[in-house]
Amino acid sequence: MRLAVMGAGAVGQAVVDQAASHGHTVVAVADSTSAVVDGSGVDAAAVCARKRDAASEIGAGAPSDALAADYDVLVEATPTTLGDAEPGFGHVERALSADRHVVLANKGPVAERYAGVCELASASAGSLRFEATVGGAIPVMATIERIGAGRVRAVRGVLNGTANFVLSRMAAAGLGYEHVLAEAQEVGVAEADPTFDVDGTDAALKCAILANVIGDREYDLDSVSVDGITGVAPSALELAETDGQTIRLIGEVGPDHVRVGPRLVPANGTLAVSGTTNIVQLETEHAGRLNLSGQGAGGAATASAVLADVDHIADQQ
Amino acid sequence: MAVTAPADRTHVLRLELADEPGALLAALAPIADAGGNLLSVLHERGSVTPRGRIPVEVTVECQPDRFETVVGALEDAGVTVIDATAERYADAVTVLLVGDLVATDLSELLASVEECEAASVVEFALTDEPGVDHEASARLRMGVADGAAERALAAVRAVAAEAGVRVIEPLAGDRR
Repeated sequence: MRLAVMGAGAVGQAVVDQAASHGHTVVAVADSTSAVVDGSGVDAAAVCARKRDAASEIGAGAPSDALAADYDVLVEATPTTLGDAEPGFGHVERALSADRHVVLANKGPVAERYAGVCELASASAGSLRFEATVGGAIPVMATIERIGAGRVRAVRGVLNGTANFVLSRMAAAGLGYEHVLAEAQEVGVAEADPTFDVDGTDAALKCAILANVIGDREYDLDSVSVDGITGVAPSALELAETDGQTIRLIGEVGPDHVRVGPRLVPANGTLAVSGTTNIVQLETEHAGRLNLSGQGAGGAATASAVLADVDHIADQQ
Repeated sequence: MAVTAPADRTHVLRLELADEPGALLAALAPIADAGGNLLSVLHERGSVTPRGRIPVEVTVECQPDRFETVVGALEDAGVTVIDATAERYADAVTVLLVGDLVATDLSELLASVEECEAASVVEFALTDEPGVDHEASARLRMGVADGAAERALAAVRAVAAEAGVRVIEPLAGDRR
């Protein structure tokens, strides 16, 4: 497949890097300021090197040149934006309208404008996939697809590695929130501005996506009740521990609730994963409970989910 | 505020009956007469107490203020009531409360939770020392009637929000 990659952050770069090993060709890469387009395949190493050098641009073209390239699949990996989900939504619209396929790493379009993207997809000869938007490398969407979305009654899990790292480290070391967050930033687990991770927004967007897939109406960030981990005191974790429990930031998607917040879970239970691990628990009609855990973030891990989607589209041709 | 009838509570009564025809029926009739709803009867005919009597365990549901009447009616009917203290809850819900609990009137908070009638406070454990900003945590374990867990949680949320205290809840559908 010929790929156009919009967004050259950690995920976009990793897609460019891994594409050849899946037998695909990257014909265009764009970030917010420039683009490189090459019908015979862009030089992956050169793109990543130029991206690392703050002084140089990744190519001589304008970002929109990538959308005009001759590609089969648009990989949308620009940063997730709230509200209108632009510019991601516009990129999706342009690709689907041109009967191209779209693979999302960007959560915005399917979390904030699900009905809109579904409408575009159903009018298009191209298809839309978004495995990478929930649970990073974990095949959540593929599993739901195989079981049948209508047979998945509820989903819950740890959907944000940064928040989970902070809570599990606080519990293990008895340290305060600020201390552990600073530590997380030092080791690169938390971003300089970790707001979306610690206030529950990132997990809530993933819950909205899951609710859109298994539910029967449209959800967005506003329809998720969200609470973050900023107020969780070390004393609360200690108290939970004396009762065999611990606290994790859990996203829950059920027939009558979609919510994210710190919850009490059994300390040795399945949901009490540690570090940056994510876990997704599916409650199914006939298959019982399925637990899927793994790396929920990171460029290479997330890119593997993007390329699994691309491979799936290639198999359907 | 609407006045609603308090929720029924579930109790377990342990009785001892004479091993003779009609004893069981004679023991059960006063329960219903006194306003109790009989949920189950465990009649262990095979096991006999050292006094040669038959132990029976009955589970009774009634309004909180009717329980004494039910026990009294049994005793008036000559039934030996061995144990009638246990209030058995269908479910238990544990939450953590986090916030400036020093400045919070905890007894009032607990009373407000009890007032909702869906729950009864079974345990309240407070951390020893408040940390920065007087922040402390407490564990609140409630016994709740069958199907009343969500109502109990809603009451705790409302009371805590008013007191500016944060609630950390268990997972939905996994209240224990």
